[in-house]
Amino acid sequence: MRHNGPIALLFHTLVVGFVLAPLVVICLVAFTPANTLTLPTTQFSLRWFTAVFGHPDFVASFLNSLWVAAIAATIAVVLAVAAGLALDRYDFRGRAALNALFLSPLMIPHLVLGVALLRLFALLGATGSLLWLTAGHIVVVTPYVLRLVLAALSGLDRSAEQAAVTLGASSWIVFRRITVPMILPGITGGWLLAFINSFDELTMSIFITSPATVTLPVRMYMYATESIDPMMAAVSALMIAVTAAAMMLLDRIFGLDKILVGQG
Amino acid sequence: MSSARAGTTPWLLAAPGALLFAALVIVPLALTLILSFHVYDAASGVKDETTLAHYAAILSDSYFLNIFWRTLRLAAMTTVICALIGAPEAYILSRMREPWRSVFLLAIIGPLLVSVVVRAFGWSMLLGPTGLVNEAFRALGLGTVKILYTETAIVVALVHVMLPFMVIPVWTSLQKLDPMVEAAAWTLGASRFTALRRVVLPQVTMGLLSGSLVVFGLSASAFAIPALLGGRRLKMAATLVYDEYMHELNWPLGAAIAILVLVINLIIMLAYQRVVEARFKRTLG
Repeated sequence: MRHNGPIALLFHTLVVGFVLAPLVVICLVAFTPANTLTLPTTQFSLRWFTAVFGHPDFVASFLNSLWVAAIAATIAVVLAVAAGLALDRYDFRGRAALNALFLSPLMIPHLVLGVALLRLFALLGATGSLLWLTAGHIVVVTPYVLRLVLAALSGLDRSAEQAAVTLGASSWIVFRRITVPMILPGITGGWLLAFINSFDELTMSIFITSPATVTLPVRMYMYATESIDPMMAAVSALMIAVTAAAMMLLDRIFGLDKILVGQG
Repeated sequence: MSSARAGTTPWLLAAPGALLFAALVIVPLALTLILSFHVYDAASGVKDETTLAHYAAILSDSYFLNIFWRTLRLAAMTTVICALIGAPEAYILSRMREPWRSVFLLAIIGPLLVSVVVRAFGWSMLLGPTGLVNEAFRALGLGTVKILYTETAIVVALVHVMLPFMVIPVWTSLQKLDPMVEAAAWTLGASRFTALRRVVLPQVTMGLLSGSLVVFGLSASAFAIPALLGGRRLKMAATLVYDEYMHELNWPLGAAIAILVLVINLIIMLAYQRVVEARFKRTLG
């Protein structure tokens, strides 16, 4: 009854091919033994991966990205859980405005956030600081965490919390022993999603990084505009691998379709 | 939402985040708006006098108007192509059996999480003069076609990046459609096409609309794709802002363009919310 016909399946194959083609090509070219961007035919080589790790700029940028993403995701989770509790559990004046403020980075193009933060940091004399760069990333990734935390909180059965209160638990104990474990999938899923988004962020970061704080996507962008050799493919393949690993983890914890498709 | 008595607790909980967001979203945007009215002089930089000259220049100079026109045109093309590919694909996915459905849904929306620089680089390899696409053209006897650094390359890569944003909302609205309704239409004598047009299509209109607005907004402000696949000459709004800030060092002019991009985006988002609310009210009566 609900079969896809041959035309539908052909269309589907073409779409999947289109979606995966650039990623597959990158992963293949990364293993080329040649000096140019060519598909390896008979021989495979790891020389360009070795080249990446021998390139101090890329290693430094990778570490920058790792730190920024890990710290931004962690702080975003703390902020989002606190804000999520306020937005889910209380009805207060300004609640809608607060909600809009927290979700606003989803509506503002990263380009605009980038130039706006550049202006602020320039006035503060804070350009080129890893700390302020991380703060910018926190703002960008918090909405993603908040959405997952709010979804987890709204689906929560509160009778366990009420039982704990009746048995004399303090509100901190209730939060730590009951609420957090119950929304843990939302928290871990949110952290990973925040990590990936921060790790991949280019458009805002390109305005607010300095030579010392360049993140990996910015470094790759700068490298790609100047020279194109298979090392770029090797870095890209590594990024795809990191993303794929995080994606599989996300899928295990929360179900990737749920996170990306949303709770609609 | 279960409401407790409002006291200071919610504010204390939300305060750290709210302060950070006020300091790093609202304040910088206000500063940028102010900056866009400042006079700029190539010799002495940003001056304290105010002017509307930057906005006047953007809205009258054919150089800027051309770039804006290209931005809107390419964003519109991307949106239409995404709708033409994304909506049928979401429909096909929804009719698949498990586990294929989950596998292919992940294959389609998973690339969303791969950095846009990586995807742009992948396309620059595919579309370049020695890339696979041109290899295929040569094999078919069509000769080498210049694709990289043309508007075609920008649209192809934008469609690739934006497709998940179209598939997701259409998929979500299809989930709410009971497959038996379509089957009922067939039983009652409707052709496949009629059932699709009269039963399925109305159901996905909202998803299609919300997907289109998101795709258009994101395409119009996209940076990495036009920067890496459009080359230096084919600028779009975002690459123009980047050039004004980083190469021309004319921050006030760059700020004015950025504000314009933001305003267009916000108008689209507000229009979207209006539509959703109107629809919501209608269904609730």
